Amino acid sequence: MSLTSKLTSLLMQAALWLAAFISVFPFYWMIAGATNTANDITGGKFTLGSNLIPNITKFFELVDVPRIFFNSFFVAIAGTFFTLAISSLAGYGFEIFRSKTRDRVFGGLLLMLSVPFAAMMIPLFVMFSAAGIMNTYLAIILPGVASIFMIFYFRQNTKAFPSELRDAARMDGLKEWQIFIKIYIPVMRSTYAAAMIILFMTNWNAYLWPLIVLQTNEMKTIQLVVASLATAYTPDYGLIMVANVLATLPTILVFFLLQRRFVEGMLGGVK
Amino acid sequence: MPDRSTENRASLMGWAFVAPALTLLGIFMAYPILWSLYMSFQTGKGMNFKFGGFANIIRLTQDPVFLRALSNTMLFLVIQVPIMLILALLFAAALNNPKLRGRAILRTAIFLPCVTSLVAYSVLFKSMFAIDGIVNDTLMTLHIVAEPIRWMIDPFWAKVLIIMAITWRWAGYNMVFYLAAMQNIDPSIYEAARIDGVPARARFFKITIPMLKPVILFTTVLSTIGTLQLFDEVNTITASQGIGGGPADSTLTLSLYIYNLTFRFMPSFGYAATVSWVIVILVGILSWVQFQVAKDR
Repeated sequence: MSLTSKLTSLLMQAALWLAAFISVFPFYWMIAGATNTANDITGGKFTLGSNLIPNITKFFELVDVPRIFFNSFFVAIAGTFFTLAISSLAGYGFEIFRSKTRDRVFGGLLLMLSVPFAAMMIPLFVMFSAAGIMNTYLAIILPGVASIFMIFYFRQNTKAFPSELRDAARMDGLKEWQIFIKIYIPVMRSTYAAAMIILFMTNWNAYLWPLIVLQTNEMKTIQLVVASLATAYTPDYGLIMVANVLATLPTILVFFLLQRRFVEGMLGGVK
Repeated sequence: MPDRSTENRASLMGWAFVAPALTLLGIFMAYPILWSLYMSFQTGKGMNFKFGGFANIIRLTQDPVFLRALSNTMLFLVIQVPIMLILALLFAAALNNPKLRGRAILRTAIFLPCVTSLVAYSVLFKSMFAIDGIVNDTLMTLHIVAEPIRWMIDPFWAKVLIIMAITWRWAGYNMVFYLAAMQNIDPSIYEAARIDGVPARARFFKITIPMLKPVILFTTVLSTIGTLQLFDEVNTITASQGIGGGPADSTLTLSLYIYNLTFRFMPSFGYAATVSWVIVILVGILSWVQFQVAKDR
Protein backbone atom coordinates (compact mmCIF):
# COMPACT_ATOMS: atom_id res chain seq x y z
CA MET A 1 0.00 0.00 0.00
CA SER A 2 1.30 3.45 -0.90
CA LEU A 3 1.60 6.19 1.68
CA THR A 4 -1.32 8.26 0.34
CA SER A 5 -3.72 5.33 0.26
CA LYS A 6 -2.65 4.41 3.79
CA LEU A 7 -3.35 7.98 4.86
CA THR A 8 -6.79 8.02 3.19
CA SER A 9 -7.69 4.76 4.85
CA LEU A 10 -6.60 6.14 8.21
CA LEU A 11 -8.63 9.33 7.68
CA MET A 12 -11.62 7.29 6.62
CA GLN A 13 -11.40 5.19 9.76
CA ALA A 14 -11.15 8.29 11.92
CA ALA A 15 -14.24 9.72 10.23
CA LEU A 16 -16.16 6.50 10.80
CA TRP A 17 -15.29 6.38 14.49
CA LEU A 18 -16.27 10.02 14.84
CA ALA A 19 -19.63 9.26 13.17
CA ALA A 20 -20.10 6.27 15.49
CA PHE A 21 -19.33 8.48 18.50
CA ILE A 22 -21.84 11.13 17.38
CA SER A 23 -24.42 8.40 16.82
CA VAL A 24 -24.03 6.86 20.26
CA PHE A 25 -23.33 9.94 22.38
CA PRO A 26 -26.99 11.06 22.70
CA PHE A 27 -27.81 7.66 24.24
CA TYR A 28 -25.14 8.21 26.88
CA TRP A 29 -26.38 11.79 27.27
CA MET A 30 -29.87 10.48 28.00
CA ILE A 31 -28.63 8.08 30.70
CA ALA A 32 -26.34 10.69 32.27
CA GLY A 33 -29.21 13.17 32.13
CA ALA A 34 -31.45 10.86 34.14
CA THR A 35 -28.96 11.21 37.01
CA ASN A 36 -28.63 14.99 36.82
CA THR A 37 -30.74 18.02 37.72
CA ALA A 38 -32.49 20.07 35.03
CA ASN A 39 -30.01 22.94 35.47
CA ASP A 40 -27.04 20.63 35.14
CA ILE A 41 -28.43 19.14 31.93
CA THR A 42 -29.10 22.42 30.14
CA GLY A 43 -25.78 23.66 31.56
CA GLY A 44 -23.99 20.93 29.62
CA LYS A 45 -22.95 18.57 32.44
CA PHE A 46 -22.24 15.18 30.92
CA THR A 47 -20.82 13.29 33.87
CA LEU A 48 -23.08 11.12 36.00
CA GLY A 49 -24.78 12.95 38.86
CA SER A 50 -26.60 11.94 42.02
CA ASN A 51 -30.10 13.11 41.17
CA LEU A 52 -31.43 9.82 39.78
CA ILE A 53 -33.73 8.95 42.71
CA PRO A 54 -35.27 12.44 42.96
CA ASN A 55 -35.84 12.44 39.18
CA ILE A 56 -37.55 9.06 39.31
CA THR A 57 -39.64 10.07 42.31
CA LYS A 58 -40.73 13.30 40.67
CA PHE A 59 -41.62 11.49 37.45
CA PHE A 60 -43.76 8.95 39.30
CA GLU A 61 -45.46 11.71 41.29
CA LEU A 62 -46.29 13.75 38.21
CA VAL A 63 -47.34 10.95 35.90
CA ASP A 64 -49.35 7.76 36.44
CA VAL A 65 -46.46 5.68 35.12
CA PRO A 66 -47.99 2.17 35.31
CA ARG A 67 -51.09 3.39 33.49
CA ILE A 68 -49.06 5.18 30.79
CA PHE A 69 -46.98 2.06 30.24
CA PHE A 70 -50.03 -0.11 30.07
CA ASN A 71 -51.43 2.23 27.40
CA SER A 72 -48.26 2.13 25.35
CA PHE A 73 -47.82 -1.64 25.56
CA PHE A 74 -51.48 -2.37 24.96
CA VAL A 75 -51.67 -0.17 21.88
CA ALA A 76 -48.37 -1.45 20.49
CA ILE A 77 -49.12 -5.13 21.06
CA ALA A 78 -52.76 -5.10 19.98
CA GLY A 79 -51.93 -2.94 16.96
CA THR A 80 -49.12 -5.28 15.96
CA PHE A 81 -51.23 -8.40 16.40
CA PHE A 82 -54.19 -7.20 14.32
CA THR A 83 -52.00 -5.67 11.63
CA LEU A 84 -50.09 -8.95 11.27
CA ALA A 85 -53.30 -10.97 11.06
CA ILE A 86 -55.16 -8.78 8.54
CA SER A 87 -52.16 -7.90 6.38
CA SER A 88 -50.68 -11.39 6.16
CA LEU A 89 -54.09 -12.80 5.18
CA ALA A 90 -54.29 -10.26 2.38
CA GLY A 91 -50.67 -10.68 1.26
CA TYR A 92 -51.22 -14.44 1.10
CA GLY A 93 -54.50 -14.03 -0.77
CA PHE A 94 -53.05 -11.65 -3.36
CA GLU A 95 -50.14 -13.98 -4.10
CA ILE A 96 -51.70 -17.46 -3.92
CA PHE A 97 -55.00 -16.72 -5.64
CA ARG A 98 -53.81 -14.65 -8.57
CA SER A 99 -56.43 -13.07 -10.81
CA LYS A 100 -56.40 -10.10 -13.17
CA THR A 101 -58.88 -8.11 -11.12
CA ARG A 102 -57.05 -8.71 -7.85
CA ASP A 103 -53.72 -7.80 -9.44
CA ARG A 104 -55.29 -4.53 -10.54
CA VAL A 105 -56.66 -3.88 -7.05
CA PHE A 106 -53.18 -4.55 -5.68
CA GLY A 107 -51.71 -2.04 -8.14
CA GLY A 108 -54.23 0.49 -6.86
CA LEU A 109 -53.09 -0.17 -3.29
CA LEU A 110 -49.47 0.50 -4.23
CA LEU A 111 -50.58 3.82 -5.69
CA MET A 112 -52.27 4.74 -2.38
CA LEU A 113 -49.07 3.89 -0.54
CA SER A 114 -47.58 7.23 -1.52
CA VAL A 115 -50.50 9.33 -0.24
CA PRO A 116 -49.22 10.97 2.93
CA PHE A 117 -51.04 10.58 6.22
CA ALA A 118 -51.66 14.34 6.33
CA ALA A 119 -54.27 13.95 3.59
CA MET A 120 -56.29 11.44 5.63
CA MET A 121 -55.83 12.99 9.03
CA ILE A 122 -58.69 15.50 8.97
CA PRO A 123 -61.41 13.17 7.58
CA LEU A 124 -60.28 10.47 10.01
CA PHE A 125 -60.55 12.94 12.87
CA VAL A 126 -64.04 13.99 11.79
CA MET A 127 -65.12 10.35 11.28
CA PHE A 128 -63.84 9.22 14.66
CA SER A 129 -65.40 12.20 16.44
CA ALA A 130 -68.75 11.49 14.79
CA ALA A 131 -68.50 7.80 15.74
CA GLY A 132 -67.83 8.86 19.34
CA ILE A 133 -64.72 6.75 19.70
CA MET A 134 -62.16 9.50 20.27
CA ASN A 135 -59.88 8.96 23.24
CA THR A 136 -60.09 5.15 23.01
CA TYR A 137 -57.51 2.44 22.28
CA LEU A 138 -59.60 1.39 19.30
CA ALA A 139 -59.23 4.83 17.73
CA ILE A 140 -55.43 4.71 17.92
CA ILE A 141 -55.17 1.22 16.47
CA LEU A 142 -57.87 1.14 13.80
CA PRO A 143 -56.44 3.32 10.99
CA GLY A 144 -53.17 1.37 10.94
CA VAL A 145 -54.53 -2.18 11.04
CA ALA A 146 -54.71 -2.70 7.29
CA SER A 147 -51.22 -1.64 6.26
CA ILE A 148 -50.48 -1.52 2.54
CA PHE A 149 -46.78 -1.77 3.23
CA MET A 150 -47.29 -4.95 5.27
CA ILE A 151 -49.60 -6.48 2.64
CA PHE A 152 -46.87 -5.80 0.10
CA TYR A 153 -44.24 -7.27 2.42
CA PHE A 154 -46.23 -10.48 2.98
CA ARG A 155 -47.03 -10.82 -0.69
CA GLN A 156 -43.35 -10.57 -1.59
CA ASN A 157 -42.40 -13.16 1.02
CA THR A 158 -45.22 -15.54 0.05
CA LYS A 159 -43.42 -16.02 -3.27
CA ALA A 160 -40.91 -18.10 -1.29
CA PHE A 161 -43.65 -20.29 0.25
CA PRO A 162 -43.23 -23.73 -1.41
CA SER A 163 -46.30 -24.71 -3.46
CA GLU A 164 -45.59 -28.42 -2.80
CA LEU A 165 -46.57 -27.82 0.83
CA ARG A 166 -49.90 -26.43 -0.27
CA ASP A 167 -50.51 -29.29 -2.69
CA ALA A 168 -49.66 -31.90 -0.05
CA ALA A 169 -51.96 -30.23 2.48
CA ARG A 170 -54.80 -30.20 -0.04
CA MET A 171 -54.27 -33.89 -0.72
CA ASP A 172 -54.63 -34.44 3.02
CA GLY A 173 -58.01 -32.72 2.77
CA LEU A 174 -57.15 -29.49 4.58
CA LYS A 175 -59.37 -26.51 3.84
CA GLU A 176 -57.87 -23.24 2.59
CA TRP A 177 -58.10 -21.47 5.95
CA GLN A 178 -56.57 -24.52 7.64
CA ILE A 179 -53.66 -24.45 5.20
CA PHE A 180 -53.12 -20.79 6.10
CA ILE A 181 -53.22 -21.34 9.85
CA LYS A 182 -51.60 -24.78 10.17
CA ILE A 183 -49.04 -24.68 7.37
CA TYR A 184 -48.38 -21.12 6.19
CA ILE A 185 -48.01 -19.36 9.54
CA PRO A 186 -45.59 -21.91 11.06
CA VAL A 187 -43.50 -22.13 7.88
CA MET A 188 -43.31 -18.35 7.53
CA ARG A 189 -42.58 -17.64 11.19
CA SER A 190 -39.34 -15.74 10.46
CA THR A 191 -41.25 -13.49 8.06
CA TYR A 192 -43.79 -12.86 10.82
CA ALA A 193 -41.05 -12.24 13.38
CA ALA A 194 -39.38 -9.60 11.23
CA ALA A 195 -42.71 -7.89 10.51
CA MET A 196 -43.64 -8.05 14.17
CA ILE A 197 -40.50 -6.19 15.22
CA ILE A 198 -41.01 -3.39 12.70
CA LEU A 199 -44.69 -3.04 13.62
CA PHE A 200 -44.02 -3.03 17.34
CA MET A 201 -41.45 -0.25 16.88
CA THR A 202 -43.75 1.79 14.65
CA ASN A 203 -46.69 1.45 17.03
CA TRP A 204 -44.62 2.07 20.15
CA ASN A 205 -43.08 5.21 18.64
CA ALA A 206 -46.25 6.64 17.07
CA TYR A 207 -46.88 10.28 17.87
CA LEU A 208 -49.02 12.36 15.48
CA TRP A 209 -52.17 10.23 15.32
CA PRO A 210 -52.25 9.43 19.06
CA LEU A 211 -51.72 13.15 19.70
CA ILE A 212 -54.88 13.87 17.70
CA VAL A 213 -56.98 11.04 19.14
CA LEU A 214 -56.04 11.01 22.82
CA GLN A 215 -57.44 13.78 24.93
CA THR A 216 -57.11 12.81 28.57
CA ASN A 217 -53.98 12.21 30.64
CA GLU A 218 -54.91 8.68 31.67
CA MET A 219 -55.13 7.57 28.02
CA LYS A 220 -51.78 9.04 26.93
CA THR A 221 -48.91 6.90 25.68
CA ILE A 222 -45.34 7.37 26.89
CA GLN A 223 -44.39 9.26 23.68
CA LEU A 224 -47.11 11.84 24.29
CA VAL A 225 -46.05 12.21 27.91
CA VAL A 226 -42.42 12.81 26.94
CA ALA A 227 -43.44 15.35 24.30
CA SER A 228 -45.77 17.27 26.57
CA LEU A 229 -43.19 17.36 29.39
CA ALA A 230 -40.55 18.60 26.95
CA THR A 231 -42.56 21.40 25.40
CA ALA A 232 -43.68 22.84 28.75
CA TYR A 233 -42.76 26.42 29.62
CA THR A 234 -39.81 25.34 31.78
CA PRO A 235 -39.12 21.70 30.96
CA ASP A 236 -37.63 19.69 33.85
CA TYR A 237 -35.06 17.71 31.90
CA GLY A 238 -34.08 15.53 34.85
CA LEU A 239 -37.41 13.75 34.99
CA ILE A 240 -37.83 14.02 31.21
CA MET A 241 -34.66 11.97 30.77
CA VAL A 242 -36.04 9.30 33.10
CA ALA A 243 -39.19 9.23 30.97
CA ASN A 244 -37.09 9.17 27.82
CA VAL A 245 -35.03 6.21 28.99
CA LEU A 246 -38.23 4.30 29.71
CA ALA A 247 -39.69 5.30 26.34
CA THR A 248 -36.62 4.09 24.47
CA LEU A 249 -35.77 0.96 26.48
CA PRO A 250 -38.28 -1.44 24.86
CA THR A 251 -37.19 -0.62 21.32
CA ILE A 252 -33.48 -0.79 22.21
CA LEU A 253 -34.02 -4.18 23.85
CA VAL A 254 -35.89 -5.47 20.81
CA PHE A 255 -33.11 -4.16 18.59
CA PHE A 256 -30.24 -5.76 20.49
CA LEU A 257 -31.97 -9.06 21.08
CA LEU A 258 -33.22 -9.45 17.52
CA GLN A 259 -30.83 -7.35 15.44
CA ARG A 260 -30.71 -9.65 12.42
CA ARG A 261 -34.48 -10.04 12.17
CA PHE A 262 -34.84 -6.31 12.68
CA VAL A 263 -32.74 -5.53 9.62
CA GLU A 264 -34.52 -8.27 7.65
CA GLY A 265 -37.87 -6.68 8.42
CA MET A 266 -36.63 -3.25 7.44
CA LEU A 267 -35.30 -4.48 4.12
CA GLY A 268 -38.25 -6.83 3.63
CA GLY A 269 -40.23 -4.69 1.23
CA VAL A 270 -37.33 -4.05 -1.13
CA LYS A 271 -36.41 -7.63 -1.91
CA MET B 1 -67.50 -28.43 -15.93
CA PRO B 2 -65.33 -29.22 -12.91
CA ASP B 3 -62.53 -26.91 -14.06
CA ARG B 4 -64.70 -23.87 -14.04
CA SER B 5 -66.13 -24.53 -10.58
CA THR B 6 -62.68 -24.97 -9.02
CA GLU B 7 -61.64 -21.75 -10.72
CA ASN B 8 -64.65 -19.92 -9.26
CA ARG B 9 -64.03 -21.42 -5.88
CA ALA B 10 -60.39 -20.29 -5.97
CA SER B 11 -61.47 -16.83 -7.02
CA LEU B 12 -63.98 -16.64 -4.19
CA MET B 13 -61.30 -17.86 -1.76
CA GLY B 14 -58.97 -15.14 -3.03
CA TRP B 15 -61.54 -12.45 -2.27
CA ALA B 16 -62.21 -13.97 1.15
CA PHE B 17 -58.55 -13.66 2.11
CA VAL B 18 -58.18 -10.05 0.97
CA ALA B 19 -61.66 -8.85 2.01
CA PRO B 20 -60.89 -7.79 5.62
CA ALA B 21 -57.90 -5.72 4.53
CA LEU B 22 -59.73 -4.18 1.58
CA THR B 23 -62.72 -3.27 3.75
CA LEU B 24 -60.53 -1.56 6.32
CA LEU B 25 -58.45 0.20 3.66
CA GLY B 26 -61.63 1.38 2.00
CA ILE B 27 -63.00 2.88 5.20
CA PHE B 28 -59.82 4.26 6.76
CA MET B 29 -57.83 5.18 3.68
CA ALA B 30 -59.63 5.44 0.34
CA TYR B 31 -62.71 7.15 1.77
CA PRO B 32 -60.72 9.72 3.84
CA ILE B 33 -58.52 10.49 0.82
CA LEU B 34 -61.52 11.19 -1.40
CA TRP B 35 -63.27 13.08 1.37
CA SER B 36 -60.32 15.37 1.97
CA LEU B 37 -60.18 16.07 -1.77
CA TYR B 38 -63.85 17.05 -1.57
CA MET B 39 -63.24 19.06 1.61
CA SER B 40 -60.55 21.09 -0.09
CA PHE B 41 -63.25 22.73 -2.19
CA GLN B 42 -65.27 23.67 0.89
CA THR B 43 -64.87 26.81 2.94
CA GLY B 44 -66.07 27.82 6.38
CA LYS B 45 -65.11 27.45 10.02
CA GLY B 46 -65.86 24.56 12.33
CA MET B 47 -68.51 22.24 10.96
CA ASN B 48 -70.24 24.82 8.76
CA PHE B 49 -69.16 24.03 5.23
CA LYS B 50 -70.18 25.54 1.97
CA PHE B 51 -68.90 24.99 -1.52
CA GLY B 52 -66.11 27.41 -2.20
CA GLY B 53 -64.81 26.36 -5.59
CA PHE B 54 -61.22 27.45 -5.93
CA ALA B 55 -61.43 29.85 -2.98
CA ASN B 56 -59.03 27.75 -0.91
CA ILE B 57 -56.50 27.56 -3.69
CA ILE B 58 -56.62 31.33 -4.13
CA ARG B 59 -56.25 31.70 -0.37
CA LEU B 60 -53.09 29.53 -0.51
CA THR B 61 -51.34 31.95 -2.85
CA GLN B 62 -52.10 34.88 -0.55
CA ASP B 63 -51.32 33.19 2.76
CA PRO B 64 -47.85 34.21 3.97
CA VAL B 65 -47.83 31.50 6.67
CA PHE B 66 -48.54 28.78 4.10
CA LEU B 67 -45.86 30.14 1.78
CA ARG B 68 -43.39 30.13 4.65
CA ALA B 69 -44.31 26.55 5.60
CA LEU B 70 -43.94 25.51 1.96
CA SER B 71 -40.55 27.18 1.54
CA ASN B 72 -39.29 25.77 4.87
CA THR B 73 -40.38 22.26 3.89
CA MET B 74 -38.77 22.53 0.46
CA LEU B 75 -35.59 23.90 2.01
CA PHE B 76 -35.40 20.94 4.39
CA LEU B 77 -35.98 18.63 1.45
CA VAL B 78 -33.41 20.16 -0.90
CA ILE B 79 -30.64 20.46 1.69
CA GLN B 80 -31.22 17.64 4.15
CA VAL B 81 -32.06 14.69 1.87
CA PRO B 82 -28.91 14.93 -0.31
CA ILE B 83 -26.63 15.43 2.70
CA MET B 84 -28.14 12.45 4.48
CA LEU B 85 -28.10 10.11 1.49
CA ILE B 86 -24.53 10.98 0.50
CA LEU B 87 -23.40 10.40 4.09
CA ALA B 88 -25.26 7.08 4.16
CA LEU B 89 -23.66 6.04 0.88
CA LEU B 90 -20.15 6.96 2.11
CA PHE B 91 -20.67 5.08 5.38
CA ALA B 92 -21.93 2.04 3.52
CA ALA B 93 -19.03 2.08 1.05
CA ALA B 94 -16.52 2.34 3.89
CA LEU B 95 -18.20 -0.34 6.00
CA ASN B 96 -18.49 -2.70 3.05
CA ASN B 97 -14.72 -3.19 3.16
CA PRO B 98 -14.22 -6.60 4.81
CA LYS B 99 -10.71 -5.64 5.93
CA LEU B 100 -11.99 -2.75 8.04
CA ARG B 101 -11.38 -3.30 11.74
CA GLY B 102 -14.34 -2.88 14.11
CA ARG B 103 -16.77 -3.16 11.24
CA ALA B 104 -19.63 -4.73 13.22
CA ILE B 105 -19.37 -2.22 16.07
CA LEU B 106 -19.24 0.74 13.69
CA ARG B 107 -22.22 -0.52 11.73
CA THR B 108 -24.33 -1.10 14.84
CA ALA B 109 -23.36 2.27 16.31
CA ILE B 110 -24.23 4.26 13.18
CA PHE B 111 -27.51 2.34 12.79
CA LEU B 112 -28.52 2.75 16.45
CA PRO B 113 -30.16 6.22 16.20
CA CYS B 114 -33.07 4.83 14.19
CA VAL B 115 -34.37 2.73 17.10
CA THR B 116 -35.25 5.90 19.00
CA SER B 117 -38.69 7.36 18.66
CA LEU B 118 -38.88 10.72 16.92
CA VAL B 119 -40.11 12.26 20.15
CA ALA B 120 -37.32 10.75 22.26
CA TYR B 121 -34.45 11.90 20.07
CA SER B 122 -36.06 15.30 19.57
CA VAL B 123 -35.98 15.79 23.33
CA LEU B 124 -32.32 14.75 23.46
CA PHE B 125 -31.42 17.27 20.76
CA LYS B 126 -33.45 19.97 22.45
CA SER B 127 -31.47 19.52 25.66
CA MET B 128 -28.03 19.09 24.04
CA PHE B 129 -28.46 22.26 21.99
CA ALA B 130 -29.62 24.43 24.91
CA ILE B 131 -27.94 27.82 24.96
CA ASP B 132 -25.47 26.83 27.73
CA GLY B 133 -25.66 23.19 26.70
CA ILE B 134 -23.14 20.52 25.92
CA VAL B 135 -22.83 21.35 22.20
CA ASN B 136 -22.15 25.05 22.71
CA ASP B 137 -19.76 24.21 25.56
CA THR B 138 -17.82 21.86 23.32
CA LEU B 139 -17.73 24.28 20.39
CA MET B 140 -16.42 27.04 22.64
CA THR B 141 -13.84 24.83 24.33
CA LEU B 142 -12.55 23.83 20.91
CA HIS B 143 -12.53 27.55 19.93
CA ILE B 144 -14.75 26.88 16.93
CA VAL B 145 -17.11 29.65 18.03
CA ALA B 146 -16.45 32.57 20.37
CA GLU B 147 -20.02 32.98 21.59
CA PRO B 148 -22.73 30.39 22.19
CA ILE B 149 -24.87 29.76 19.10
CA ARG B 150 -28.53 30.63 19.71
CA TRP B 151 -29.80 27.38 18.27
CA MET B 152 -33.44 27.69 19.15
CA ILE B 153 -33.75 31.48 19.05
CA ASP B 154 -32.09 32.33 15.74
CA PRO B 155 -34.20 31.36 12.68
CA PHE B 156 -31.16 30.29 10.65
CA TRP B 157 -29.61 28.09 13.35
CA ALA B 158 -32.99 26.60 14.20
CA LYS B 159 -33.19 25.28 10.64
CA VAL B 160 -29.60 24.01 10.84
CA LEU B 161 -30.47 22.23 14.07
CA ILE B 162 -33.49 20.50 12.53
CA ILE B 163 -31.40 19.40 9.52
CA MET B 164 -28.67 18.00 11.79
CA ALA B 165 -31.21 16.20 13.95
CA ILE B 166 -32.96 14.49 11.03
CA THR B 167 -29.62 13.52 9.52
CA TRP B 168 -28.54 11.97 12.83
CA ARG B 169 -31.73 9.94 13.04
CA TRP B 170 -31.93 8.66 9.45
CA ALA B 171 -28.41 8.41 7.93
CA GLY B 172 -27.77 5.02 9.50
CA TYR B 173 -31.20 3.77 8.46
CA ASN B 174 -30.48 4.53 4.80
CA MET B 175 -26.97 3.15 5.16
CA VAL B 176 -28.39 -0.29 5.94
CA PHE B 177 -30.28 -0.33 2.62
CA TYR B 178 -27.10 0.56 0.73
CA LEU B 179 -25.00 -1.97 2.63
CA ALA B 180 -27.46 -4.76 1.86
CA ALA B 181 -27.45 -3.81 -1.82
CA MET B 182 -23.65 -3.61 -1.93
CA GLN B 183 -23.39 -7.06 -0.48
CA ASN B 184 -25.47 -8.33 -3.38
CA ILE B 185 -22.95 -7.06 -5.94
CA ASP B 186 -20.84 -9.92 -7.24
CA PRO B 187 -17.30 -9.42 -5.83
CA SER B 188 -15.77 -10.80 -9.04
CA ILE B 189 -16.84 -7.58 -10.83
CA TYR B 190 -14.62 -5.57 -8.47
CA GLU B 191 -11.87 -8.17 -8.81
CA ALA B 192 -11.91 -7.86 -12.60
CA ALA B 193 -11.88 -4.04 -12.37
CA ARG B 194 -8.95 -4.15 -9.96
CA ILE B 195 -6.97 -6.42 -12.28
CA ASP B 196 -7.68 -4.02 -15.14
CA GLY B 197 -6.19 -1.27 -13.00
CA VAL B 198 -9.35 0.72 -12.32
CA PRO B 199 -8.68 2.97 -9.29
CA ALA B 200 -10.86 2.74 -6.16
CA ARG B 201 -12.66 6.03 -6.78
CA ALA B 202 -13.59 5.02 -10.32
CA ARG B 203 -14.75 1.62 -9.09
CA PHE B 204 -17.09 3.44 -6.69
CA PHE B 205 -18.55 5.75 -9.33
CA LYS B 206 -18.54 3.34 -12.28
CA ILE B 207 -19.60 0.12 -10.55
CA THR B 208 -21.09 0.70 -7.09
CA ILE B 209 -23.28 3.72 -7.86
CA PRO B 210 -24.85 2.32 -11.09
CA MET B 211 -25.47 -1.03 -9.40
CA LEU B 212 -27.18 0.72 -6.47
CA LYS B 213 -29.43 2.86 -8.65
CA PRO B 214 -32.71 1.09 -7.71
CA VAL B 215 -31.95 1.35 -3.98
CA ILE B 216 -30.84 4.97 -4.29
CA LEU B 217 -34.11 5.72 -6.06
CA PHE B 218 -36.07 3.86 -3.38
CA THR B 219 -34.41 5.72 -0.50
CA THR B 220 -34.73 9.07 -2.31
CA VAL B 221 -38.46 8.59 -2.82
CA LEU B 222 -38.90 7.38 0.77
CA SER B 223 -36.91 10.31 2.21
CA THR B 224 -38.81 12.77 0.05
CA ILE B 225 -42.15 11.47 1.32
CA GLY B 226 -40.83 11.51 4.89
CA THR B 227 -39.46 15.04 4.71
CA LEU B 228 -42.61 16.43 3.08
CA GLN B 229 -44.49 15.12 6.13
CA LEU B 230 -42.00 16.40 8.70
CA PHE B 231 -43.87 16.97 11.96
CA ASP B 232 -42.58 15.37 15.18
CA GLU B 233 -39.20 17.12 15.25
CA VAL B 234 -40.45 20.64 14.57
CA ASN B 235 -43.27 20.12 17.06
CA THR B 236 -40.74 19.18 19.74
CA ILE B 237 -37.19 20.50 19.19
CA THR B 238 -38.11 24.01 18.11
CA ALA B 239 -41.33 24.19 20.13
CA SER B 240 -41.77 26.48 23.07
CA GLN B 241 -44.78 26.65 25.37
CA GLY B 242 -46.37 23.83 23.43
CA ILE B 243 -46.31 25.56 20.05
CA GLY B 244 -44.02 24.08 17.43
CA GLY B 245 -42.26 25.43 14.38
CA GLY B 246 -40.47 28.28 16.15
CA PRO B 247 -38.77 30.66 16.36
CA ALA B 248 -41.22 32.93 14.49
CA ASP B 249 -42.38 30.09 12.20
CA SER B 250 -38.85 29.61 10.86
CA THR B 251 -39.19 25.82 11.16
CA LEU B 252 -42.92 25.61 10.44
CA THR B 253 -43.60 22.74 8.02
CA LEU B 254 -46.64 21.90 5.90
CA SER B 255 -47.72 19.05 8.20
CA LEU B 256 -47.41 21.23 11.27
CA TYR B 257 -49.40 23.98 9.57
CA ILE B 258 -52.17 21.49 8.74
CA TYR B 259 -52.16 20.41 12.38
CA ASN B 260 -52.35 24.03 13.54
CA LEU B 261 -55.16 24.86 11.11
CA THR B 262 -57.14 21.85 12.29
CA PHE B 263 -56.51 21.65 15.99
CA ARG B 264 -54.81 24.81 17.24
CA PHE B 265 -56.71 27.62 15.59
CA MET B 266 -60.46 27.84 14.98
CA PRO B 267 -60.78 24.69 12.88
CA SER B 268 -60.70 25.36 9.18
CA PHE B 269 -61.02 21.84 7.78
CA GLY B 270 -61.52 22.78 4.15
CA TYR B 271 -58.47 24.98 3.97
CA ALA B 272 -56.37 22.47 5.95
CA ALA B 273 -57.41 19.76 3.50
CA THR B 274 -56.27 21.96 0.63
CA VAL B 275 -52.84 22.29 2.26
CA SER B 276 -52.69 18.52 2.70
CA TRP B 277 -53.35 18.06 -1.01
CA VAL B 278 -50.39 20.31 -1.71
CA ILE B 279 -48.31 17.59 -0.03
CA VAL B 280 -50.02 14.86 -2.08
CA ILE B 281 -49.31 16.73 -5.31
CA LEU B 282 -45.71 17.45 -4.30
CA VAL B 283 -45.13 13.76 -3.47
CA GLY B 284 -46.60 12.81 -6.84
CA ILE B 285 -44.55 15.30 -8.86
CA LEU B 286 -41.28 14.67 -7.05
CA SER B 287 -41.59 10.87 -7.18
CA TRP B 288 -42.31 11.10 -10.90
CA VAL B 289 -39.29 13.37 -11.49
CA GLN B 290 -37.07 11.04 -9.47
CA PHE B 291 -38.24 8.02 -11.48
CA GLN B 292 -37.55 9.88 -14.74
CA VAL B 293 -34.06 10.91 -13.65
CA ALA B 294 -33.28 7.34 -12.63
CA LYS B 295 -34.58 5.99 -15.95
CA ASP B 296 -32.48 8.30 -18.10
CA ARG B 297 -29.14 7.53 -16.54
